[in-house]
Amino acid sequence: MSDSAPDRFRSDPTQVETDTRDARISGTDDRFNSKLRQAFGASPFILTKFDQFMNWVRGSSMFMLQFGIACCSIEMMHTYAVKHDLDRFGAGVPRASPRQADVIIVPGTIVSKFAPRMKRVYDQMPEPKFVVGMGSCTISGGPFQEGYNVVKGAEEVIPVDIHVPGCPPRPEALIYGVAKLQERIATGESSPVVVKPYDLEEFGDLDRDEVVDQLAEQIDEDDLVMRYNWADSP
Amino acid sequence: MSLEEPGPDADAAAVARAADEMEALVGEHVLSRDDHLNAPGYVVRPDAVQDVLGTLREEANLDHLSCVTAQEYEDRYESIYHLKSYDDPTHEASVVVPTPKDDPRSESAAPVFRTADWHEREAYDLVGVEYEDHPDLRRILLPETWQGHPLSLDYDQERPQIVPLREHANPLEDDQKADEGETMYLNIGPHHPATHGVLHLKTTLDGEQVIDVDPDIGYLHRCEEQLCQNSTYRYQIMPYPDRWDYISAGLLNEWAYARAIEDMADIEVPEYAQVIRTMGAELCRIAAHMLAVGTFALDVYGDFTAIFMYAVRDREKVQNILEDLTGQRLMFNYFRLGGVVWDLPDPREEFFESIRDFLDHLPGSLEEYHDLISANEILQVRTVDTGVLPPAVAKSYGATGPVARGSGVDYDLRRDDPYGYYDELDWDVVTEDGMDNYSRLLVRLREVEESAKIIEQCVDLLEDWPADDRTIQSNVPRTIRPDDDTEIYRAVEAAKGELGIYMRSDGTEQPARFKIRSPCFSNLQTLPEMSNGEYIPDLVASLGSLDIVLGEVDR
Repeated sequence: MSDSAPDRFRSDPTQVETDTRDARISGTDDRFNSKLRQAFGASPFILTKFDQFMNWVRGSSMFMLQFGIACCSIEMMHTYAVKHDLDRFGAGVPRASPRQADVIIVPGTIVSKFAPRMKRVYDQMPEPKFVVGMGSCTISGGPFQEGYNVVKGAEEVIPVDIHVPGCPPRPEALIYGVAKLQERIATGESSPVVVKPYDLEEFGDLDRDEVVDQLAEQIDEDDLVMRYNWADSP
Repeated sequence: MSLEEPGPDADAAAVARAADEMEALVGEHVLSRDDHLNAPGYVVRPDAVQDVLGTLREEANLDHLSCVTAQEYEDRYESIYHLKSYDDPTHEASVVVPTPKDDPRSESAAPVFRTADWHEREAYDLVGVEYEDHPDLRRILLPETWQGHPLSLDYDQERPQIVPLREHANPLEDDQKADEGETMYLNIGPHHPATHGVLHLKTTLDGEQVIDVDPDIGYLHRCEEQLCQNSTYRYQIMPYPDRWDYISAGLLNEWAYARAIEDMADIEVPEYAQVIRTMGAELCRIAAHMLAVGTFALDVYGDFTAIFMYAVRDREKVQNILEDLTGQRLMFNYFRLGGVVWDLPDPREEFFESIRDFLDHLPGSLEEYHDLISANEILQVRTVDTGVLPPAVAKSYGATGPVARGSGVDYDLRRDDPYGYYDELDWDVVTEDGMDNYSRLLVRLREVEESAKIIEQCVDLLEDWPADDRTIQSNVPRTIRPDDDTEIYRAVEAAKGELGIYMRSDGTEQPARFKIRSPCFSNLQTLPEMSNGEYIPDLVASLGSLDIVLGEVDR
C-alpha cells in the first residue's frame, strides 16, 4: 500500500463530503464510479418518466419460464448452463411456474395435442409477458410442417415477439434473440403481433358442421376445445 | 461371393434350416411364407396370433417382441410382429397377420407379450387395425377425439380436427376430495420440469403412495413416420433421425436408418467410413449419457447448480468435437448411404489432439461424478432398491439399452448383432444386477468409460490409416429404388436401447411404409410396473432413470 493511501481515505466527517467526492469526480479516485454513476453524472439523481424507468427495469431482469418441448430445449438448456450462461444478461433464472415468469421461450414443435396446453400455460403468465419463438418449428412448423398433426408455427396459437431461426438455433443465436427482446422492452417498443389464433373456446360455441356433429357425443357442450382448420394453414 | 469363402452359404443354409424348424413348430397355423430380408415371415390367421407367438416364445426362444408394425395395402391390412431372442438377436422371425379391408380385426398379442399393449394401441391409432382381447384399446399418440387414422390410405389431411382441453378424471373414484374418497388424482405434466419434456403422467395417489400411473404420451407426435414415407431414400430421410432422439444422439439414430437402407439396397460401406461412424456414434453416446446423468441428479435432489452444470460442461466438450467433425452442434446429418458426408477435418492432428485431450480428462470427470453422485448418500437413499424392474418383466416389456442392462439382461446389439466396426474393437458390455434406479445410473456412467475405450481405439486406427485408402463413401446411385415389396427390419444400439426401423419398398424411390421402433417407447411402458405401490418421489426417480426423450417416444 502506498503512502498516499491515508490521504485517500478521509476519516474527518467534514472532509469526507468534499474531498472524497472531488477525488471521485476529478478522476483521481474512480473506485466508486460505477457505470450507473457515469451515466447519471455528478448528481446521484436522475429525472425520467416512470414508464421509461419501468421498461428499463423490466428489460434488465427477466424471469424465463422453464418450458421444454423438443430438440430446441436441449440447446436452450445449454444456453442457461455453463459456457453460454444467459444469466450474464439478466435473463437466466428459469421459473418452474408460469405465474412467476415474464418470458416464455417456445423451444420446439407444437402439435395438435399440445397447443391447448401451451395456450393455457401462456394464459397463466402475468402481464406483461413476452414470447421468444425458438427454432424453425415455431416459425412455420419447420421440417415437420407437412405433418398431419403439426401446428404451423407458434403464432397460430400465441403472439410471438422475437423469432430465432435455426434447426436448432445455436445458443449464441438464442442469446442474441433474448438480448434483442430486452433491448426492445427497455426502449418501450412493442411489436405488431399478427396472430391467427387457434383459440380455446367452448364446444357449444363452435359453428355446427359435419365435424362438430360427429363429435357431439364425445365432447360436452361446455368443454374447452381447440379447432384446427388444417386446410386454412399456410 | 468367392468359392474360397463358404461362410455366407453355410450361414444361409443354417438360417433356412432354423426357419423351417420354427415353421414346423407353428405349422398348423401358417398359411404361407412371406420372408423379410432379415427374418423368415410366417403368415398366420388373425385368430391364431396368441397361439403362434406363445409357441414361438416358449419353444423357439423368441422372447423379445421388438416391434409391431401395422400397415395398409390396397387389398388388406397387415400387422407384423417382429420377434427376436434376447440371447441372440440375430435369431429372428416375423409373424405376419393379414386382416381384410372391411373388417380389420385380429387377436391381440398383449396377453403373451405385455409390450404389445402400447404397440397395438399405436397401430390402432395410426393405421386403424383393431385388436380383439386387447386390455385397453384406445388412441395413444393422437388426441382421443381425432377423426380418421393418419397412416391409412384414404386419410384426408385437410379435414378439420377438434381437440378438447378437459379436466382429467380420477380413474378409480368419481370424487377427488379427500374427505369423500380415499384417493387423490394428480396430473404430472405435460409441462413439468421432471418429465423431461412433454410427458403427462396421470397419477392416482393414496396418501404419498402411487396406486396407479398412466403415462399419457403424444404431446410431441411430429408425424416422423409419415414424413419419412414422403421423402426419398437417398438424401431426404437422413436429416429426420437426428430429431428422434435429439439429445445429441444424432449419429446413433442416423445409423439406424443407414443400416436398414444399406442392407435393403445392398450398399457397401468402406472400412474407413465405418471407423469414423463408430467413433462419431460413441461420442454421441457419451453426450447422451452425460445429459441423462445430469438430469437424473437434477430430478433426484434438485441440483441445478453442480451436477447438471458439470454434465453440460462435458457435453460442451463433446459437442465441440462433433461440431468439428460434422459442422453442427446437435443435428448432424453426417451419415450418407454408403459412408459419411466428408472426411475428418483438417488439420487431422489437431482434431485427434482435441479428442485425446477430451479422453484424457474424462477419467477425472467421471471420478467427480462418482464423488458427487454415486457416492452421495442422499442419492443412494433415493435410488437404491427403488424402481425395481426384474429381468423377466423387463423382457416382457421389450426393455432394451441401459434399462435392460441395469436389470442384468445382457443384451447389446453392438456385440450381439454386430455392425460398423464394433466387432473389431476391444470393449465390454456393461451390466448391473441391482435392477433398481441406482443400477441404471451406474450402467450409464460405466458405459461412458467403454465408449471412451472404443473412441480411443478408433482414433488410433484413423491416425495410422494410409492416406491413399481414405474412401469415405462407396459408389451409390443417385436414386435408389429397392425392388418392389422388399421388407426389412434392422436395429442398432442407440443411446437408449434398440432403435429399429422397418421399411417396405414399393419400387419407387420412397418407402411405402417406414416404421420406427423407438427404445424409449418400450422402456416407458415399464414405468407403472416400477412405480405402482411406491412413493411418489420414487416415481420421479424411476422416470429419470428410464432416461426417456419424448421426441423418440412420440415420434
